[in-house]
Amino acid sequence: MVINSRFFNRSELLGFLALAVLLLLILPLSLDIFRLNLVAKYLTYAFVGIGLVLCWGYGGILSLGQGVFFGLGGYCMAMYLKLEASSVANTKIQSTPGIPDFMDWNQITQLPLFWKPFHSFPVTLLAILLVPAFFALIIGAAMFKRRVGGVYFAIITQAIAAILTILIVGQQGYTGGINGITDLRTLHGWDIRTDHAKFILYFVEVVLLFGCIVAAQFIRLTKLGRILVAMREQEDRVRFSGYSVANFKIFAFCAAAVFAAIGGAMFTLEVGFMSPSFVGIVPSIEMVIYTAVGGRMSIFGAVWGALLVNFAKTSLSESFPQLWLFGLGALFIAVVLAFPNGLAGVWADHIQPRIDRLLASRRSKSAGLVADGAPAE
Amino acid sequence: MFGDYSISDLGAILAMQGFAGLILFSVYVLMALGLAIIFGQMGVINMAHGEFMILGAYVTWMTSNAVQHVAPWLFPGYFFIAMILAFIASGALGMLVEWALIRHLYKRPLDTLLATWGLSLILQQAYRSIFGAREVGVELPEWMMGSWQATDSIQIPINGMFVMALTMLITIVVAYVLFWSSWGKQVRAVVQNRVMAGAVGINTEKVDRYTFGLGCGIAGIAGSAFTMIGSTGPTAGQLYIVDTFLVVVFGGAASLFGTIASAFSISQTQSTLEFFLSGSMAKVITLLTIVAILMVRPQGLFALNVRK
Repeated sequence: MVINSRFFNRSELLGFLALAVLLLLILPLSLDIFRLNLVAKYLTYAFVGIGLVLCWGYGGILSLGQGVFFGLGGYCMAMYLKLEASSVANTKIQSTPGIPDFMDWNQITQLPLFWKPFHSFPVTLLAILLVPAFFALIIGAAMFKRRVGGVYFAIITQAIAAILTILIVGQQGYTGGINGITDLRTLHGWDIRTDHAKFILYFVEVVLLFGCIVAAQFIRLTKLGRILVAMREQEDRVRFSGYSVANFKIFAFCAAAVFAAIGGAMFTLEVGFMSPSFVGIVPSIEMVIYTAVGGRMSIFGAVWGALLVNFAKTSLSESFPQLWLFGLGALFIAVVLAFPNGLAGVWADHIQPRIDRLLASRRSKSAGLVADGAPAE
Repeated sequence: MFGDYSISDLGAILAMQGFAGLILFSVYVLMALGLAIIFGQMGVINMAHGEFMILGAYVTWMTSNAVQHVAPWLFPGYFFIAMILAFIASGALGMLVEWALIRHLYKRPLDTLLATWGLSLILQQAYRSIFGAREVGVELPEWMMGSWQATDSIQIPINGMFVMALTMLITIVVAYVLFWSSWGKQVRAVVQNRVMAGAVGINTEKVDRYTFGLGCGIAGIAGSAFTMIGSTGPTAGQLYIVDTFLVVVFGGAASLFGTIASAFSISQTQSTLEFFLSGSMAKVITLLTIVAILMVRPQGLFALNVRK
């Protein structure tokens, strides 16, 4: 615990423990498997949120294209699962057995070259991490080296999200088109559709999430995190102090991309398909909103934001489908106008001080009791 | 690619695709003009710009229905009334939004993006609740239908020509207002140096409000023109917003001429490619080219050299 207490300060440690108790004990014990699977789906956005905290909250780089990386991770995983589901035995009614069904429907008779590596599980796992990182590296290097930032970066990443969506929808034979890659069955021979598998996948995901939280906390606390903050506040000073601002930005962007990709891959496993509707502009902005609601400066806030906004989305759109968009829109505006630091900001400004005061007054009372009692001894 | 087309066929195709591109160009210019004023001049990212456009489209649709029922003799000319109403409706909503939302966020441009995105969601749902989720189309007056037969293989639709003429007119008016009227001088003064502009007695808040209103009003006219070539749905605005932003950024944010030049090159590239490739690939290639060029030249085609 010695390392831990330095790594997380007291309130962060409490936040970590509270989240762990909620995700590992309370939710699995109290929810049925359908709801738990929904929570697992929400949590995949928490990965994106953690990345955005690093890149947007700390680095000041707003990316409106996180859906691209979420999608790349998800599609890498989906391609592996799809290839496994379309073995020759499973697809013998097709005119070309052994290739995914949508390729067969689109008169493609041979597996395209870029699908071939996804026959292998280790390569897939590597691809989930490396493909988005590489993509982010190219985008980041091209933009940050030329000192493109702020608004322009946001718009260009948004355009990239649009491009990728149009490409996926247009190239139906290679990507499954608008329906995405569906009918996924097994992961390395293990059926992912059963309730038991979903239960296990939930725990795998939570463990991965905590891994990402710790990694993000590590980045935040090292000198790297401080430089990110310095860059956000006074970019020129950091540059004049001899740091390569571009490289730090590229790193933050790549890290965010990798986190998002892990989320995307887990999304595919939890939900059982991947489609372009999780790649484009709208989901990308929604991911930013989860982070903004949770608090762009707080790693835990991002997780809570993803959970709460999605929970509100599900329950509101189940009962009042019309109200949901009004609510979401109002939430955006309220968060931006009134609570720029999100829920985490509200917690730190209003709730935390009260708890501290309460604890302090109780402590002073007990101290006072001892003091009162002392002379009597 | 060129297959079995003869030279004269190819010429006709190029001319007609070129014309289709010009119509796209007109819509881009109309949308981008408003956005260029708001984004280029004020630095506000208005993600709800498409929804202001759709408001104009719905106003046009309502006007056309009203005129048909109340005063059918006005029908051939209803379009001009509708455009003025669309300008007023979108402009007024724009000024309201500026007062309620945008003026608190001038120092945080990225946050205007999120807040206006929220606004666009609310507007979309409002349209859906009021007008229904189905797309609506307006009925064109007699004289706008049909097409003009330039040669035996080239046909040019009249409504397209009308939209183009309209675009030209509005561009000239906007250019006049911004560059020659005294109000335009105030706008540019506020853009270049807000503090100094305030110090010499310009009411910067008022200028901001009217500038935002003007940008939104032009979006309303764009929506009005849009009804002539396509149908209107609650989410139609969202389809154009990214393209429009790219047009503005590609042209160089603060340059009106750049906006027009980039709208022209983007729409022509896209519509010419559309004939030879599928629509989606044409769009992908166009957008990728823009992004690639922006990576090499981030300030856009025509950048003002202003010290910041």
